[in-house]
Parts: sequence; C-alpha cells; structure tokens
Amino acid sequence: MKQQLESIKGEAEQALANLSSMQELENIRIKYLGKKGALTSVLRGMGSLSKEERPIIGQMANEIRCYLEDKLEAAKSMLHQKQKEEKLKQEVIDVTMPGKRKSLGKKHPLSLVLNELEDIFIGMGFEIAEGPELELDYYNFEALNIPENHPARDDQDTFYINENIVLRTATSPVQIRVMEKSKPPIRIISPGRVYRSDAVDATHSPVFHQLEGLVVDKNVTMGDLKGTLEIFAKRLFGSQSKVRFRPHYFPFTEPSAEMDVSCFACGGSGCRICKGEGWIEILGSGLVHPKVLQYGGIDPEVYSGFAFGMGLERMVMMKYGIKDIRLFYENDIRFLRQF
Amino acid sequence: MKVPMSWLKEYVEIECSPEEYASALTMSGSKVEGIENVGEDIQNVVVGKIISIDRHPDADKLVVCQVDAGDGQVQIVTGATNVNAGDYIPVALSGATLPGGFKIKKTKLRGVESNGMMCSIGELGLTKEDYPGAPEDGILILDGEYPVGKDAREILGLNENIVEFEITSNRPDCLSVLGLARETAVTFDQTFSEPDIAVREIGGNAHDHATVEVLDQELCPRYAARIIKNVKIEPSPRWMQNKLRACGVRAINNIVDITNYVMLEYGQPMHAFDLNNLAGHKIIVRRAAEGETICTLDGQERALDSSMLVIADGQKPVAVAGVMGGENSEVTEDTNTILFESANFLGSSVRLTAKKLGLRTESSARFEKGLDVQNVGKALNRACQLIAELGAGEVVSEMIDVDYSHKAPVRLSLRPEKLNAFLGTQISQALMIKILQNLAFEVDEKNMQVTVPSFRGDIEGEADLAEEIARIYGYDNIESTLLSGEATLGGKNDKQLVEDKIEDCLIAQGFSEILTYSFTSPKIFDDLNIPEDSALRKAVTISNPLGEENSIMRTTTLSSMLEVLARNYNHRAKQVRLFEIGSVYRPKSLPVEELPDEKLVVTIGMYGDADFYDLKGTIEELLHVLGIRDYDVVPCQDDPSFHPGRTAKIVLNDKLLGVMGEVHPSVLENYEISARSYVAMLDFGVLLACADRISKYTPLPKYPAVTRDIAMLIKDEILVKQVEDIIKGCSGKLLEDVNLFDVYKGEQIPAGMKSVAYSITFRAADRTLTDEEVNKVFEKILNALETNLDAQLRK
Repeated sequence: MKQQLESIKGEAEQALANLSSMQELENIRIKYLGKKGALTSVLRGMGSLSKEERPIIGQMANEIRCYLEDKLEAAKSMLHQKQKEEKLKQEVIDVTMPGKRKSLGKKHPLSLVLNELEDIFIGMGFEIAEGPELELDYYNFEALNIPENHPARDDQDTFYINENIVLRTATSPVQIRVMEKSKPPIRIISPGRVYRSDAVDATHSPVFHQLEGLVVDKNVTMGDLKGTLEIFAKRLFGSQSKVRFRPHYFPFTEPSAEMDVSCFACGGSGCRICKGEGWIEILGSGLVHPKVLQYGGIDPEVYSGFAFGMGLERMVMMKYGIKDIRLFYENDIRFLRQF
Repeated sequence: MKVPMSWLKEYVEIECSPEEYASALTMSGSKVEGIENVGEDIQNVVVGKIISIDRHPDADKLVVCQVDAGDGQVQIVTGATNVNAGDYIPVALSGATLPGGFKIKKTKLRGVESNGMMCSIGELGLTKEDYPGAPEDGILILDGEYPVGKDAREILGLNENIVEFEITSNRPDCLSVLGLARETAVTFDQTFSEPDIAVREIGGNAHDHATVEVLDQELCPRYAARIIKNVKIEPSPRWMQNKLRACGVRAINNIVDITNYVMLEYGQPMHAFDLNNLAGHKIIVRRAAEGETICTLDGQERALDSSMLVIADGQKPVAVAGVMGGENSEVTEDTNTILFESANFLGSSVRLTAKKLGLRTESSARFEKGLDVQNVGKALNRACQLIAELGAGEVVSEMIDVDYSHKAPVRLSLRPEKLNAFLGTQISQALMIKILQNLAFEVDEKNMQVTVPSFRGDIEGEADLAEEIARIYGYDNIESTLLSGEATLGGKNDKQLVEDKIEDCLIAQGFSEILTYSFTSPKIFDDLNIPEDSALRKAVTISNPLGEENSIMRTTTLSSMLEVLARNYNHRAKQVRLFEIGSVYRPKSLPVEELPDEKLVVTIGMYGDADFYDLKGTIEELLHVLGIRDYDVVPCQDDPSFHPGRTAKIVLNDKLLGVMGEVHPSVLENYEISARSYVAMLDFGVLLACADRISKYTPLPKYPAVTRDIAMLIKDEILVKQVEDIIKGCSGKLLEDVNLFDVYKGEQIPAGMKSVAYSITFRAADRTLTDEEVNKVFEKILNALETNLDAQLRK
C-alpha cells in the first residue's frame, strides 16, 4: 500500500509538471484527490490493514494529500500568472496614438491677471469694492477734485448719458462711494470696466479695465505708499524688479507720483520694449488730496491716505507680449485658448 | 514742449551730460520724453569764404574754387552755379561726415583735385522750411560774415541738444523756457537769472494812439497793449529762426517770430493787430453778440455766441480772445503801426470757446490752463525790447494796462512737522525753507508763512507744499515703509466668491470666459426678433457715442454672445463653448433721470457637438455646485429669440432664474451662424440670493438600498417631469433617486406614444427596507401613473 501511495504521488507530480490548462488541472485534481480518485480508493482499502499499519498508512496518505493539494495550488497560481501574462501580451496598444483629452475652459487673460493682482492686494488686507459703471458726474469728476471746465476733463474723453450721468472714466468714483459709506481704516481695491470715447485701434479701446486702490487711516504716509506699491511690483514682476517714483500730476492726489518698474525685458539696460529708457510706466499714485477726503466725509486733519490706479489691458499686453488691444474683445477662441 | 538746451543755458548753468539732465529733471517733476541731438551726424563742416572761382580746364559745367577754410586754402571743384567770390559757405572738408552717413574724401574731378565739398541745405539735412531763402539745388550762401574755419553747425543752429518735456496740465508756467530754466536751477541747486528787460522807446504816449476798454472783467482780468510805429516787416535774424526751429516753430517774419519767441520764452501768448484796421483805434474786450461772425487767420468763417469773449474794435470782432486773431486786423507787409496785445483771459472760458469752435491753438492750450496775470506786462515789454533791438519798429512810450486783477497772493502756513508726518520723512525746516525759496516762494520764517508766487496757480494748500518739497528733496529719498495701524480683514465678499465659483465651475466644464463691450447697436433688437413693444428695447442711450453701432447700453447679453459665436464660426472653429459674466443696463425711466440698474448676467453659449441637453447639463452642474436644488424647468415657447420647442425657463421659488435653449433659426440666420447654437442667460442676482454657500454633510447610508426598474408607454406630449413628479409624490421619504435610463420612440411603439424607463432607488436611513414596504410604495406609483397619465406599464 505504501508503494501504491508513493506511485500515486509520483504520477500526480508528473502530471502536474506537464500541465498546460486549467481544465487539465481540474482533471488531475479529480483523478487523484477527488471523491472517486486514486487516493480515496487507496484509503478505502485501509480496512485490510493491521491496527499497527493503519495509522502509519493513514498519516502517510494525509501527508500525500496535503502535499498534492499544495502542489495543485501552486500549479494553479502559476497557470493564472501565465494566463495573465498572455492576456497582457495580447492587449498591447500604441501609446503614441492621441489621448482623449477633456479640455478645461480658459479664463480670459484680463481676468487671469486681475485675479493675480487681487490676490496680491488681498494678501495685504485689501477688500474688493465695486460700483456702478454708469456714474454720476459728481462721483466721476467733482468729488475727485475735477470741477467743470477743469483741463483734466479733456484728458478723459467722456461718454455722456445726460448732463449728470456719464460712463465712468475711471474706477475712482468707487473710492468716494466707499469713503462715504465706511470709516477708516479703509483698504480697498476697485477693479472694473471704464469707458473713454477713444476710437478703436491697436492701443485704444472705448471699453477697458482699471484697477485702483485706496488706503485711508491715521498716519498714512508717502513712505507707506512707496512701500506698499514696491511689494506689489516685486510680487507681480519678480523680486529682482526695481521701481522708481516720479512726480506727476493728478487732480485727486497730492503729492502725486507715477511708478515705473525696471524693464522686465532688458532688466533696465534699455531695449525696444522700454524705448531705451530702462523703465516702464506701470501706475499712477499719490496721497489722497485733502479735498477728496473731505468729499468722502473724512477729516484730512485726522486721516490721510494714498491711492493708486493702473490700466489692466496695458499690464496684460506687457505680460504676454500682446500687441493689439482689440484681441481682448474679439474673443477668438484661438486667442483665448492660449492662456 | 521742446526746448534747445542752449536756450536754457542762457538763464541757468547746466554742467551735466544730457542723459543726467534728463534723468534729474524727470525725477524732479518735469518729465523728459527724450533728448534729440541735432547735428550729431554732421562732422568737420566749417565756414569757408570763396576766394576765387576759375573755369575747369576740361569741363564746361564745372568750376574750380579756392576756398579759405581757416586752416589754409582748399581747392574744391563744383558744378554749382550760384556761388561768387566773397561768399561765405559751409564747407565739408575731406574726412567730413554728413547726414545719411555720407563721407567726404579727396577726389579728382576730370583730372582736377577737389579736397572738399560746398554744401546745399539738402546735404546738411535741412529743408526749405528751415531756410526759406536758400536754393534747393545750389550751395547754401550764408547770410553774413563769419569767422572762417568755425564749426558751421553753430551758425546753422545744428549743434544742439533739444529736450522734449512732458508738462502736466497743472504747470502752465513750465510751458516756457524760463519756467523750465527755473525748474532746472532748483533741481541742480543753481542760480536762475531772468532776462533783463529794457525797452528802447521813442517817446510819445500809447494812450494817444489807442484806447482799451474791458467790458467783461471776469473773463479778462487784465489787458495790456503797446504801440509800435514804423513797422518794417522782414525776416527775423538767423539766431531767432534757429531757436524757433529747434522748438518746432516755423519762422514767418520778424513780428510773428517775436510773438512766438516771447510765447516760448515767457509762456505768454500775444497778438499783434494792424492799428489802422482797428475801427476808431479802439480795443473793446467783450462777449460776442449772438449772430456775430469772424473770419479767423486760418481763413475760416466762424459763428460766435455770447458765451465767447472777443476782442473787438469800435465796430466788429477782430479776434477770438486767447484763441486766434481775425483776418480783418492781420499784420501784413503794408502794416505801419501795430497794437501789440498781451492779456490774461479766464482759462475755463478760453477752453470752452476753443472747444465750441473746434479750434485748439497753441495760445488757447496755454490760456485754458490758467496763466499768470503778472506775466502780462513782462512779456509785452520783452517783445517790445526785441522789436526795438531787431529794428522791426519803433516802440511808443507808455503801456496801456487795464488791470482788474487784484488777486491777493496765496499765503499758506508752513508746518514742517505736519509735512514730515504726511510724507514719512525727517526733512529739516531749513531745507524746506530753502527748497521753497528756490521755487520762488517767499518765506516768512518768523510766522512760518509762505507766499505762493503768482505763476503757481496750482498751489492751494499744505498738500501742494508737501509735493513741492518732496519732489525737490527727491521721491527716491523717501524711505519706503509698510502700512502700520489697525489690521484689516481683506478678502472677497459673498458676491465675489459666488462669481468665482461660477467661473470655476464653467471653466471646469470646458467653457472659456469672454469679455464683450457693454454698449451695442439699437439694430440688435431686430436681429434678435425682439418685438417693438418689448421692454428690452428701452435702452440707455449714449449722447455722444463713437458710432451708431455702439450707441446704446445693452439690455441683453444675447447679442454679444451671438456676435462672438458668429466670429468664431466664421473662423471655422468646430466646437465653441463660452461664457461671460457681464452687466446689462436697464433704465429706471426714459429719459434717464437716475442711475440705471446694472444687473449681472451669466451668459453661456455653445455650438458644435452640442444639443439642448448639453447646455442643460452644464447648468444643472452649475446649480448643483451653487447648492441650488429645488428649481423647476418649464418649457418656454414665447421667447422670440429662441426655438419655441427647445427652450426652457428655469424658475426658483417663483423667481425667474433664467432662460436656456436653442437659438431661433432666424436669429442665427441674422448672425450668419449655420450651426445649431445654444445659449443660456442666468440672472446673477437670483443665483447669488439662492446659492447655499454652507453645504452640510449628510452621513453615508448604513442600510442597503432597493432598486426597482419600471418601463411604461405614455403619450408623446407628456413630459418626463410629470412622470417624475408622480414618482416623487408617491414615494415620500423612502425615495432616494429617480433615474431616467431610456426613452424610446419608433418600431413596436404605437404612434403618438413613447416608452420611458426608470430605475427607482429606495432607502431608509434607519433600517433595511423589507420587500413588502417597497412593494407597497411601488404599487402606489404604478397605480398613480396609470390613473393620472394613462401610462401602460410594460412588464
């Protein structure tokens, strides 16, 4: 009987070694380990054995069963592995074929840069203030220290609805509205659409965008203006940028300054973009004119402030090297998709 | 304003390079736009005197000249025919360079050596405008005697740095050489010296020759005049012509040139009248009478009105005050006696008049900024001094001076501490005083009072003093500081955050943002099929639009979106998905009396590989992101811009959130788009009001769901929403989801019917549902569908 068991083991091992399919594996299992299999039939014949032999043979038969079961299991997983590999081989694809792309939409480049600017100022504690685009003459001019017949009105060719209502020429009227409504400390930026009756060409658009800012508090100084705008410029144009403040004139600020930033194309040595000057004009700024504070209901003897303003289109055109302002309002998707 | 540096140097010393000068003046407030070096490209051209002219031995058309060029005699062969022995001419010596990179070398012409070239105006880069007397194809003969060998550029005014300044509108005093010289002096801490004015007079009394009467003292605070007799009109001298040319002013004749010269030097526009053409030898400064006209010096007949100030004689207007003179009193070759005007006119009046007449002149541009009353007499005397010096005429003694200006000088307190606090500086009191004094302010140190010079009308208060001190002290020298004081919260408000959310959601769904004009054409209403009586046609009109196509503020964004879709369609873009968050403008009343309503609208537009359900799905996702759930989609057949069968309104708590649908084919035709296009317009205000910005967490389910499928035949016109409403109504709390998974029409389905199939999911939060419970609900649903919708259930 021992011999019988040994030969079953040997046969089964042999069969497993030449295994090629799952079906064969199952056949082997049935043949040797099944209810009517070889091992079972050997065990059935155990009755003819002596008391002493029975446990020995029984143990041996069990060992062989366990042994074969392990072998079967191993063979099974090997077969699985083989089949997987086979399948993988058959599933080879050409990975250089085009992908199935799901395109995101794009933000308009003006929004893109506006968001960047907003983030910089929000980081410095600024809020975003908004106001009407159709604005009272009072807020657009008078309260900004631009009385009727002031030459500065010529600089801003204005669209009129009637005598008292204009399409705002700047977002500065928002500053007055904010001052009227809130108490210092005030730190706001006011981005938005503005209008000037300029005929359309590569550098002029009757609709464009500005971002202005206003800070009002006790003890706000020219030094604060410089410091704040320097941080802004360095965050927008990189920490290597230099800025300079030039005296200028705006009716609503005094002292007034224009801020230039070192040319980001040439670094300040002079090139075509900065017209050889090494500097590029970025924004207008100044300490808020005491009259403007008064118009906003704020006592200039107690409070002071600074304001600044910049044209968004100009910034975006410089940033991306866009030469024609009309592209912003044509909304050609071949343009929009580039940003 | 263009100024030759040499002219500035007459009043102030300038020691630095042109580049340093430009940078320093820019930083002290007079922005230098550029410095042009005239004559830079002319080298080694000197004054020569022709000693002799001989015939060329071998050429009929050439002559051989011997020229004294200072450093010895030079032989030059020329073909020019306008030269004579004794003439002074510009000579380009061997090795000279001329404009255009032209180099002069020794050469032989038909065997005779020629060691230089005599120059024509063209060869020196000049034009007939610069030298009216010079021949264009002959040698330039210098008008006078000059030291031979001298650099010819100096005589020709071609050795010059011309500075171009950008002068801000608050500084009309800097629209003058003297003003800029003063700024230069202050910037470099140098002395500024004004010209000495001494007029050579011939006696007599101007008052015996003419009278001046000012009827409107507000518009004309001061009017001064002097009389010039025995006027001799001729060209002005070369030095004056050169200076004018450098400033970009064309030389005309001595009288006009002097007028322009003094305007450039002092910033005071002036005018000369032919006294004999002034009726009654009278000047009357008055407002024009309605219906009066004048023919101005440019030959235009101009209608005047009573808002305009004119200079009139006893009968008629002879000039538009501060703007332009009239032809009727113009100085001509035959003029014998001149009345020379120097006056001060109210800036705003000149500005308005110039605007009304559409006639902006060098004079009006200066007056409208507000000029210094004190300058009137000085400039007039300076002009008379030049007239006498140049022999242009004889100056009668006395000045007629009607002066109603009694403006007391502006006095301001000087509070150094306050100024330093304002600027964030520690500038010493002494330095402040010095800066102000250099700027011609009088400082009373005892009482700390400053008196503003009369030419600085822009200085009104302490902040202006701060700027004066800061700009001379140097903005660069002010230390940058960080904002101190109470911290502010900063950040975006709810409205701005919702806007961001909408943008992000649409961008993630493949839509790109567009920005379009806020104004549009009144023609769009026809293009959009909008009926005549629609409220949308009541638009805010711009009174001075750029053109009809941009003349009204838009009341709908549909046209803007369609224009952009059309543009892209035209460029053959296959698939376009766009959105805009922009305003529409609705008047509260017409004509407009108060500020119109500005309403933000979210506009979504698409064509190409899209249908109604793509658009609807986009909006469903958007509303989901905004936490807006219980809205209704209602078929909309009455929007004339949209397809009547493929358009819906979105309604939320009885509020109209917006409309979405396929654009009406005839509207698409108007915009020349041949692809089905889908547009939605959502009211941002309603979105904002309904957006649920605090989304709450719902615990994940613990108990299993039961799903039942149901298929039925219903009449075609029944909306699936009706089916869903019944399912929802019957299921109560147990319903988790209703999912329409099939709609079928066609074979095996009777005409007029459709088959719809739903998968309905039930779940209870607190227990596993039993079959009986679900069956009960399901039965109820089936019954209701059969009863209410006549649905035939398919089993």
